[in-house]
Amino acid sequence: MNDPGKKSVAPLLSVDSLVRYFDVSAPFLNRVIERLDRSSVKAVDGISFDIKRGETFSLVGESGCGKSTVARLIVGLYQPTAGSIQYEGVEIGPREAAADRKRMQGHMQMIFQDPYASLNPRWRVADIVAEPIHVRGIHKGKANILARVGALLTQVGLSPADGERYPHEFSGGQRQRISIARALAGEPEFLVCDEPTSALDVSVQAQILNLMKELQDRLGLTYLFISHDLAVVYHVSTKVGVMYLGRLVEWAETKTLFENPRHPYTRMLLDAIPDLEMSGRQRIPVAGEVPSPINPPSGCAFHPRCPHAEERCRVEAPMPRVYDGVHVACHAVADGRIG
Amino acid sequence: MYQPNSSSQALLSVRNLRIEFPTRHGTLVAVDDISFDIAPGEILGVVGESGAGKSLTGAAIIGLLEPPGRIAQGEIILEGRRIDNLPYEELRRIRGRRIGAIFQDPLTSLNPLYSISRQLVETIQTHLPLNDREARARALELLGEVGIPGAAERIDHYPHQFSGGMRQRVVIALALCAEPRLIIADEPTTALDVSIQAQIISLLKGLCREHGTAVMLVTHDMGVIAEAADRVAVMYSGRIAEIGPVQEVVGAARHPYTHGLMGSIPSIGRHVDKLTQIEGSMPRLLEIPAGCAFNPRCEQVMDRCRVERPNLQTAQQSQVACHLFGMSTVEASAGE
Repeated sequence: MNDPGKKSVAPLLSVDSLVRYFDVSAPFLNRVIERLDRSSVKAVDGISFDIKRGETFSLVGESGCGKSTVARLIVGLYQPTAGSIQYEGVEIGPREAAADRKRMQGHMQMIFQDPYASLNPRWRVADIVAEPIHVRGIHKGKANILARVGALLTQVGLSPADGERYPHEFSGGQRQRISIARALAGEPEFLVCDEPTSALDVSVQAQILNLMKELQDRLGLTYLFISHDLAVVYHVSTKVGVMYLGRLVEWAETKTLFENPRHPYTRMLLDAIPDLEMSGRQRIPVAGEVPSPINPPSGCAFHPRCPHAEERCRVEAPMPRVYDGVHVACHAVADGRIG
Repeated sequence: MYQPNSSSQALLSVRNLRIEFPTRHGTLVAVDDISFDIAPGEILGVVGESGAGKSLTGAAIIGLLEPPGRIAQGEIILEGRRIDNLPYEELRRIRGRRIGAIFQDPLTSLNPLYSISRQLVETIQTHLPLNDREARARALELLGEVGIPGAAERIDHYPHQFSGGMRQRVVIALALCAEPRLIIADEPTTALDVSIQAQIISLLKGLCREHGTAVMLVTHDMGVIAEAADRVAVMYSGRIAEIGPVQEVVGAARHPYTHGLMGSIPSIGRHVDKLTQIEGSMPRLLEIPAGCAFNPRCEQVMDRCRVERPNLQTAQQSQVACHLFGMSTVEASAGE
């Protein structure tokens, strides 16, 4: 199945109809007494996308849309309910099917949102950064590992001497640098970054984004970037996917998506961004809020907030279609009513 | 010196405010000699990174500074009356009646055990001489005003039954209860999603225009400021780096810090390979350098910046605390 001639064009990561439900049913006794049904949160409800080598694919959406769940599914922190995840053509998704999961997931690392919670406060920085080296057995011997840790810390803009210090001695931005150094220690080719800058101040955010871009150029990394900040996403990504209630509603090349958003939700999100240019543009605030994923609206999940909704949107969930390379899941776009 | 309003006109005047925290390792100066005015009906944005002292300034104005923090120096004057040295009881009467407050997290600023009608009625009756029925009617009216659909049914619900955006609307209704002249809004949209954030900003802006309420809008988000504020104060290390009309400060920043800050914000449609980067991070309170607090990170640093602290200099309609500006005045005085 791995045709060597095809390998260069084949995506590095390919996600197909990925689904993850979380059981949020009441306890058994309550279900019996109160006659409740089992209920589940459809955190990720059938999404598909490909990421090519060297790309940055971003997922954006509001809280609760399932973007972090996708990240965790890909690195294997959650098991998918259904669907497949292929890395270099090898299935790493469901437990049964994934013989090579451990080996393939060695190529991936994750950077988490909160640099205060993701570093063990009782470990020295050098030990934190060295852990993936030990786990993957990349370097042997104390001196070798120490040299490698020093090099990694230098690479992220810290000094090798910082290895002797503890996480609490560093500021938020510096801690995020340590997280990046730790992620790079496993010599990954694919990094999953879950809101890596949202806990940071803007000037520090700029430092981290610049660092991530520089590392990508130098090491040829591929990123899956999760964020709720559209401006950050515009800055870092090659491709963007917009999520709403567990589904991808639109995905395309960054420039295309931002210049010509097609899905009403994407348009709404772009319109909601505060205007720094102060063109005096009157924003139309979007009505309504994200519905509960336990009991999502029928049909297209966005229809209660959508200005273009009609009868069909209320009953039938739209399937994604491709228009000039842009994937959009919307009846109004399909019918030519908008776009 | 440029004064946006003479002090008789200003609704709120903060003069040379200094907030200190005595600790075992010495006294921390969290806010150092800041002065500004807010005119009636004006929205003053206060921006800065975490630890710049923006929230503390807000807390000091409403008299909610947590000990051991204390106002070491300066005056806070509301409607011509000094309020920073009032006894607790008198300050309590001003708080809520004259100054309202909106905090970041709508979940923690509402009592989870009381229905929102009870919380609203209690607040209304504390400040206004209304009976139960009138107070409830007023509460309903307020909920309608802040855009809660089906206010008549929703009024007896508890905070957990509302979503984040709706809760923040309830908090705004609470702050508006007694028709205060000034609202201190501390990061009112930070905990909300972008689409909800836009709703809350336009609501806050609209209500303040309607009621002529002045707002001190504390946030770290330049976008929110650009959208909502009339004037903006940029804080750094407990000092005001730059203050002026929002068009001038956001559109044509003068202070190297503001300039760097604006450049470091990624923006849609402006494709840059690398964001402007301000090296380093804001100094800790115990390690604020001599002279200008920004000097170790400043690209245009001069010898003078390392020794002499810059005062606010007038430049057009803004005031900037930077030695790059107002050179002429200094040279003139040195020549004398």
